[in-house]
Amino acid sequence: MPERIVVPFGPQHPVLPEPIHLDLVLEDEKVVDVIPSIGYIHRGLEQLVQKREFTEYVYVAERICGICSFMHALCYCQGVEHIMGIEVPDRAKYLRTIWSECSRLHSHLLWLGLFADGMGFENLFMRSWQLRESVLDVLEDTTGGRVIQGTCKVGGVRRDIEKGKLDEMHRALDPFEEKCREIGDVFLNDDTVKYRLQGLSVLSKDEAYALGAVGPTARASGVPMDHRETGYAAYGDLGFKPVVETAGDCYARCAVRVKEVYASIDLIRRAIEQIPEGPLDVKVKGTPDGEYFSRVEQPRGEVIHYLRGDGTKHLARARIRTPTLANIPPLVKMLPGAQLADVPVVVLSIDPCISCTER
Amino acid sequence: MSIFQMTRTVIRNLTGGPATRQYPAVPARTSALTRGHVAFDPSTCRSCGLCSRRCPCVAIRLDKEAKVWEIDRMRCIACGDCVEGCPFGSLTMEQTYLPPVVEQRAAERYTITYVKPEKPAKKPAEEGAGA
Ligand code: SF4
Ligand code: SF4
Repeated sequence: MPERIVVPFGPQHPVLPEPIHLDLVLEDEKVVDVIPSIGYIHRGLEQLVQKREFTEYVYVAERICGICSFMHALCYCQGVEHIMGIEVPDRAKYLRTIWSECSRLHSHLLWLGLFADGMGFENLFMRSWQLRESVLDVLEDTTGGRVIQGTCKVGGVRRDIEKGKLDEMHRALDPFEEKCREIGDVFLNDDTVKYRLQGLSVLSKDEAYALGAVGPTARASGVPMDHRETGYAAYGDLGFKPVVETAGDCYARCAVRVKEVYASIDLIRRAIEQIPEGPLDVKVKGTPDGEYFSRVEQPRGEVIHYLRGDGTKHLARARIRTPTLANIPPLVKMLPGAQLADVPVVVLSIDPCISCTER
Repeated sequence: MSIFQMTRTVIRNLTGGPATRQYPAVPARTSALTRGHVAFDPSTCRSCGLCSRRCPCVAIRLDKEAKVWEIDRMRCIACGDCVEGCPFGSLTMEQTYLPPVVEQRAAERYTITYVKPEKPAKKPAEEGAGA
């Protein structure tokens, strides 16, 4: 019986800029148990909801995460709008969808780069981030911010994308998709990538379901769960279908994200083609009184904002459950059996975003 | 064998120029909407205090009596809410990024120079709500 040792992994680790701490219990080089702990960067953003007016809290909600910022704002706004019974104009819904999908694009390209970096494939990492840069440029041109868009507000959106810019985006999509497919092919077909990822840390469909995995982690295990299917914002009109893989290993989790990049490009294309004319926002009168569980599909999975208003201009309570928190139990299930050298890749495969987990 | 999947991209990478730029020697790419920093015009501000009440980070401080308008660049997140809220157009969002602030609580201070035009033979109009 080999001796067991405990190796601490994180919260500061060269491969993972996210402050998660894992105690890895090893037998020789093999992981047999994992004890995760978080709590290094709690920022108290939930509490802030009682100090900021409900319309201003959008800016705070947006800064919960530096990657899915737009979707946090969207989730919060949809929650408040539901409590107050506000119907958002169609054009605003489409614009929200376009910006959401742009965020998903840049988030997935960022993750693909980090994942390639985790595998030691530096060239691919640089190529992915180069592509991500062009998405960020579009976001900056249309919203004014590269990662913090600041365009979502309660009752609609704050900015329009005019026709010329939409056409320009539409024209740019084809060459962009071609470039994405070039690097996507490397992720999906390259032998070195396959040797490294296939069969690594399999999560079965039942386990994924029982442990409450969300987002690409669940879909890679064959759980066809994607909140966009419920048709919030404009997804209902765009004929959305979730990307599902069945293998449940790291390769499948990577494949889901590569294919979601293509799906996002497709959604943006259809949204630009179908976007209706009309107003951007409705006037917000009154204060929220009531409670609601608002849910939105982020790049990492489903985020939940629980909001409760008591009729004043400050909400009484916000509770935010980000997708990474839901994906930590599956991660703990995945790691035993992996080699120590594979731990960074496996941890990255759930796309951890610890900063937003701790809010 | 598909280990050469990447070759074409690698070759194009080698022949193409760099994808990054030497900021700050070369200015950052901006667009017309870029939120760089907030600029204040002391000659038009009427001390209404809307900006300081809207700011989600409490970055703006206004002292009506002393006619002082202050912005703490360390707190400001360049969200643009004050710019949208200012009814007199005293605030604008500039595209350039400021150099990093290194001192805490070193607010940028302006003295408001707006002078209310004289209104003949009527009692002066009420100022807006307090700061
Ligand atoms: S830009 Fe936003 S954070 Fe900065 S001073 Fe204005 S309202 Fe405050
Ligand atoms: S909102 Fe405009 S006019 Fe009013 S205090 Fe602020 S800068 Fe001055």
